[in-house]
Amino acid sequence: MGELVVEKIENGTVIDHIPAGMGMKVLSILGVGEGSKIALLMNVPSKSHGKKDILKFSDKQLTEREVNKIALVASSATLNIIKSGNVVEKRNVRVPNELLGVAKCPNPRCITNSPERMETKFRSDGAKFRCSYCEMLFEAKELGV
Amino acid sequence: MLHGKDLVSIRDLEKGDIELILRRAAEMDKALGTGKPIEILKRKIVATLFFEPSTRTKMSFQTAAKRVGAQIINLTSVESSSLKKGETLADTLRMVDGYSDLIVIRHAAEGAARYAAEICQRPVVNAGDGGNQHPTQTLLDLYTITKMKGKLEGLSVYLVGDLKYARTMRSLLYGLAMFGADVTLVAPEGLEMNPGVIKEAKERFGAKVREHSAMELGGADVAYVCRIQKERFADPYEAEKVQKTFRITMDALRGVKDDLAILHPLPKIDEMDPEIDKTKYARYFEQARLGVPVRMAILAEIMGA
Repeated sequence: MGELVVEKIENGTVIDHIPAGMGMKVLSILGVGEGSKIALLMNVPSKSHGKKDILKFSDKQLTEREVNKIALVASSATLNIIKSGNVVEKRNVRVPNELLGVAKCPNPRCITNSPERMETKFRSDGAKFRCSYCEMLFEAKELGV
Repeated sequence: MLHGKDLVSIRDLEKGDIELILRRAAEMDKALGTGKPIEILKRKIVATLFFEPSTRTKMSFQTAAKRVGAQIINLTSVESSSLKKGETLADTLRMVDGYSDLIVIRHAAEGAARYAAEICQRPVVNAGDGGNQHPTQTLLDLYTITKMKGKLEGLSVYLVGDLKYARTMRSLLYGLAMFGADVTLVAPEGLEMNPGVIKEAKERFGAKVREHSAMELGGADVAYVCRIQKERFADPYEAEKVQKTFRITMDALRGVKDDLAILHPLPKIDEMDPEIDKTKYARYFEQARLGVPVRMAILAEIMGA
């Protein structure tokens, strides 16, 4: 099978090493918007992961909140920041100790799921996350983003 | 130690904080017995915001506030407030924050008290937030057990009933674990305690926690019973079914320790044979009375009196 060829971007962000099949989810987190050209490559061969997805955005820098959301659904992803055709920064995404306004609490009885206009807040507690309001513990994958 | 602080969750308290409240509660209890006025919070205003029904917690908070000389402003229900007109909880809280020196809140949403504490400048006391926390009930329970049994460490305490939805049970397990009691959890199938809560009690305090589903109270020093939380069931019929099959009968009391104390946060519905009220084991009305000195102690400590 021949290789897919996607043009290089001059400025923007490439999100590499997304677990295969999660590219659509990452795209839904970031949204299509209007300004960027976007390429989503799925099931691309990967030496380390077997298969992976890749997302390319021209003219887009991710916010910290967006990066945190991606870390929750694709913890193996790497970010490549492209400026003038060169990779100027490369880093792994990392789930922070505190998630502010990033994820939805899965507990339907939590105040954050009421009509109050408020941000969710989770703190890492061992390998899990505890909602700062209802105090319930959740796996990262359970948190709605 | 607690001056000016919020009391939202038992998880926020150190052992020393709890010991302080228990000591102060004992002083209040004694002072109440003398009949002399204890007006240490004169000119203070306590707001009691109960967005969910309550009898004991609300009345004992209000009694406690009056016993220490404070005045009360009151929100009796959502129906009688501007929340009915669509005002947000946040706006209601900001307003009450400007009127009072301390805010007591009960709300159906889990985390509502934490949210209130973030919004308000004045200290906030959680009087129950959905199925989450009810820290003042736990303090009252710990005080009651200490008063009746003289200690907490090494006591065999059975928590019996709806351990999934009853907020009192989660908080109490945490408190008992902190003080080294041996806890046995007895719950009907499907209403067991959240495993995460048990794990935390074991890991954080090295607590001894056993679980079983049979109604057997033979080894208990204290049996703490709670009702099936029907209002938190999606299907009321399911709740009825569980309630009918999971009951403490007079038979269940055969072979129990002579000095067994049965406690209950009340209200009790069908989970116990009413005949149990007449036995020496029934100590729950005494427990309810102790809510007053414990809440007096909490108000006094938080308001620095």
